[in-house]
Order: sequence, then structure tokens, then C-alpha cells
Amino acid sequence: MDEIRSGISEVQCDVLVIGGGTAGPMAAIRARKKDPKANVILLEKANVKRSGAISMGMDGLNNTVIPGYATPEQYTKEITIANDGIVDQAAVYKYAQNCYDIIQELDRFGIRFQKNQNGDYDVKKVHHIGTYVLPMPNGETVKKALYRQLRRERVLISNRFMATRLLTGKDGRVAGAICVNTRSAEFLVIRAKAVILCMGAAGRLGLPTSGYLYGTYENAANSGDGYAMAYHAGAGLANLECYQINPLIKDYNGPACAYVAGPFGGYTANNEGRRFIECDYWSGQMMQEFYNELQSGKGPVFLKLNHLAPETVSEIERVLHVVERPTRGRFHANRGTDYKDEMIEMHISEIGFCSGHSASGVYVDENARTTLPGLYAAGDMASVPHNYMLGAFTNGAFAGEDAVDFVRQVDYADIDAEAIVKEQERVLAPTRREDGIPPNQIEYKTRRLVNDYLQPPKVTRKMQLAQRRFEEVRDDMNNAMYVRDSHELMRALEVQSILDCADMAAAASLYRTESRWGLYHNRVEYPGRDDENWFCHTILTKGPDGKPAHAKKPIAPYIIEIEEHERDAYYKQRIVASEAAE
Amino acid sequence: MPLANTATTVPVVVDEGKCIADKGCTVCVDVCPLDVLRISELTGKAYMKYDECWYCMPCEADCPTGAVTVNIPYLLK
Repeated sequence: MDEIRSGISEVQCDVLVIGGGTAGPMAAIRARKKDPKANVILLEKANVKRSGAISMGMDGLNNTVIPGYATPEQYTKEITIANDGIVDQAAVYKYAQNCYDIIQELDRFGIRFQKNQNGDYDVKKVHHIGTYVLPMPNGETVKKALYRQLRRERVLISNRFMATRLLTGKDGRVAGAICVNTRSAEFLVIRAKAVILCMGAAGRLGLPTSGYLYGTYENAANSGDGYAMAYHAGAGLANLECYQINPLIKDYNGPACAYVAGPFGGYTANNEGRRFIECDYWSGQMMQEFYNELQSGKGPVFLKLNHLAPETVSEIERVLHVVERPTRGRFHANRGTDYKDEMIEMHISEIGFCSGHSASGVYVDENARTTLPGLYAAGDMASVPHNYMLGAFTNGAFAGEDAVDFVRQVDYADIDAEAIVKEQERVLAPTRREDGIPPNQIEYKTRRLVNDYLQPPKVTRKMQLAQRRFEEVRDDMNNAMYVRDSHELMRALEVQSILDCADMAAAASLYRTESRWGLYHNRVEYPGRDDENWFCHTILTKGPDGKPAHAKKPIAPYIIEIEEHERDAYYKQRIVASEAAE
Repeated sequence: MPLANTATTVPVVVDEGKCIADKGCTVCVDVCPLDVLRISELTGKAYMKYDECWYCMPCEADCPTGAVTVNIPYLLK
């Protein structure tokens, strides 16, 4: 295993789904259900049994719209306000109207959700305004249940193949993808009439302060390959300056989980043990307050549970230490820290791209279509804001269903033999050298520069320095990176995605000369929102010079009106002194 | 530019007495999202070949004999 072999084969299918985590399996399942004759391939860099952000499971649905608790109109309004208005509501509204059906489908798959004594879904309030969080105390069953459905629908699964570039036809339409086997370096060309990208967040962008490259919040396999592939194929990416930054347990890369602890009475506190934010729902505005508290004399920030009854804390621990990130219990045991006895130190994560908790990503409309004909995107890498797991499932379903309609109308786009040869050469370049720089060092350097220069608060001169240093690293990467086996080759390809994402993060952040989304796009020289010039999406594409190009895209007219007095609700997070003193 | 071998502690530990990789089991290798586990040609047992762990735990949870333990990497322990 892992030796570098030469070889190339070609297959074709109607719909190629890349990424077998959350959105991908649902896209493939729904495509097959809608058209059982459609030939659907699900491609995965790891193994679909345990790949993606929910590898071990998930402890809750953060954004359900369940009749009796919330309406699609309320939800659309809340997400619009949480995102400072920069939302195409059609996609959010369609999600909100359909996600209840998806919950019921997941229930039928055997994934269990918390129900109350009447047998109704037991939805909790965590958001600033509405009630949307549905706990999944048995959420460790998610991947197994999905895998059963994939087998049932006879989706063709191809594990350990990493897609490196999309192929496009002469007419600009998607024509398929080039892939490389992560254990043999053999190539696979997949011709497809439609491609659905479900490749997760760009989670290996910033560097955790431990210096451990893989101690990231996101599954470390999510290296931003989907963003890079979409970019190089000519698709537009929206609002990449709206980073993802998360509150985590200090040094441990699991979420601090106010979503889990909040409904039980846990909360985020400062060093005096006091609440300083009204609402623990993750938003850029909340993260700004978190950052402010960290910087003040009242930092660091803690997760406070030690005021709760021991049985309540045990119940919270059962969820936190079993589902989603089960090594968390081990982390606390090592340090001798116990939620019952003391507050647990929290910190903020490195930066990344992820629409799961923020809003940036490959631009998609309400049918999960990107700007490139035949190319779809869903899940954490697509631009539907505050997607989370249920968004990945729901938008994945939209993508799968729309794609089977699309493939009925078209034939295969022409593929360019020359592009395939060129791509093989690009991929294999680090294997052709006798000596050079290993990918882990290129990666460490890139990500250290991301931390040094791109982390908010954002400063123009720092971001320009980053761009200069990234160019130097790119030069090394293109001309001196060296790998010894096919596993290292996979890492070398991931580093190229990481550097592409770093370049996009800097360019997008420099373009939007205002501050928005709280900490996510806090530009020190341009404090405050500038709605006159920047109440718009920013769309980043690959320019004719091969570097990021930018354009403004108007916000589609709202379906649900936002009243003037509602607009700034998410900026009213901080608890005022008299209230906090009680 | 020569490459050096630098010592590092790895998070995934395999109890070779319990591991049945020599009988053809590859479960831990198959389920790892980062693909960092391999079967040793020397011992026939699973081991962590690449220090690129997300400490997510499918290898431990899915091991049929309970041979695999995932520890927190030292750097952030």
C-alpha cells in the first residue's frame, strides 16, 4: 500500500457526487429515489462509513423548523438578521419549508431525535429570537443509518479516491472530474452530466495554537478541496470574507456546546462567573463579544455548568462525551477537570470557511445550482447560511433531485484530453523530484501565516503582507514540494487547496471595505457597516490572470420583510452592567 | 535538502495481543477519515503510520476486539 503506481482508467455516470459525509449521501440517495435508472457515483476521499464532519455522530439539529415551534417565515427572518441582511432568502426559505420532511425521513432511516412525553419532538430555544434546536441524544447512529440507505438505493460508492479538478466542456458546462487514488496514485477520470460537490468546510485553514496540524475544529480531512475545485473550474464563491470562527473548549477542538448545555441552564461566562452575552447561538456578533471579553480584564471565557445539579451535569456529559466528539471526556480526564467542580476554560477557534455556522461558500441558488451549468454544491461548502447538518441533508436532497432532472436534458459534455494530461502532470509533480520540501512544512507555514495575518480584527497592511508571503510559499509548493508515497501525495494535494483558500480569504477580505458579521469581518480601518456601498454579496471568481477577481451581486428582493427595528437584534447581545450584576 | 526522521508520540495505540489484523481484519484502517493507520508487514498488526490524527475515534469504536485506543495528542493534552 501507498507506493506510487502509474495508471489511468475512465468511467462515466449520470450524476457524480463528490464527498460522502452528510450532504453527499443524501444527494445520492435522493437522486436514485427520484430516478432509479440514473447512474449515480458517490466518490469519497476517505470511506463513506465514517467520513466527514459527522464521522462519529451529531448531538443535535441546530436549525429545525418544526410546526408548533417555528414557522419558515420566522426562521428566514432570524437567519437574515443573524447574517446582517446578506442573504438570498429564497434558499433559506425553501430549506425552512422542507427541512421538517427531511427530519421525518431521517427518523424513518432510524436516526432518533429527542421527544417529549407526548411523543412530539422536544425542541429547545438557543437562538436569539426563535426555537429551533432539536437534541439527538442517540446521534452516534447517523453514519450507520446513512450507509444502510446508500446500500439500499444501490448507489455506486468509490472510496479512497480524491477528486483534484473538475473537467469542463467547451461550452463551459461541467464534464466530470479527475480523481487520484489516495493509496496508489492511480488516476480515475469520471465523465458525468452533472457533478454535486459536497466536500465540506475549509477546516484546515488556520492553525490551532497547539501547533498540531490536525487539531482543527472541523474534521481535518476537510481541507477546502471543494472551494479550490469550484474556483479553478470558474464557479463563483460568495462572501468568503465572512469567516467561520467558533467558541471551543481551550485546546480541545470540540465545540463548547452551549447548544447542548444551554437548554439545561449552562452558559458562557467571564472570569467572574457572570454571563456577558444574552444568547449563546453562534454568530459573528456573538463571537465579537466573546473576543472582546477575552481581550478585557474579564477574560478568559468559560463554560459554566458548576451551578447545576450533579445529575444535570451528568446528563450533559453523557451527550458531550459520547456523541459527536467522544474524545472530549478523555481530554477532561487527563487534565482532571470536571464540569461539576469548576468552570471549563473556552477559547476561540482558528479561522475557516464553513456555511454550517457562517455564510460563505460556493455560490448556490435555492436548487443548489452553482454559477456553472451542471455543477451543484451542498453542505458546509455551499453558500446557504447557517446550514448545519440538517441544511446539508436538505440542500443535498435539493441538489440530487435537481441534478437528475438536469441530466435528462443533456448529453455528456466534451472532455479535453489535453486538460487531463496537464492535470496528471500537476498532481504528480511532487513525485517526480529527488528531493525537496515535505507537504507538512508547506502546510504549517501557510497556516501559520493565515493566523499571523488573516485572523480578525483584519488589518489591510497585514493582509497584503500575507498575500506576498503566500506567493513565496506557492512558488516553493509548485517547484520544490516533495513526496515519497501516495499518502503524502494526498497531503500535497490538500496543501494546494489550503493555499488556494488562504489566497481567497485574503483577497475577499480586502475587497469588502466595511465591517460586517461581527468578528468574522471586522476590518479595523473600516469600522461599522456601510450599507450604501456594501449591502450586497461579493462574488469571487478566478480572474483571467489566474488570481481572484471580485464582483458585487445584489441581494435578491426579500420574501420575508425585515422591519427596521428588527435589523440589529443580533447586535444587542451584550448584557448591560445593571442586569449582569444581579 | 535531506529529510530527517523526528520522533513523535502518536495518539492511536493498538494492543497487539487483541488485534486480529493478521487474520485479515482491516476495520480500523478502513474507517479512519484521515487514513493514518496501516497493517505492519513486520508484525501483521495495525499501527498508526502517519501522525495526522483528528482523535475522532471510529477506529476504536468499530474495532471488533477492542484492541484500539485513541489518546489525546501530547501537544494539546
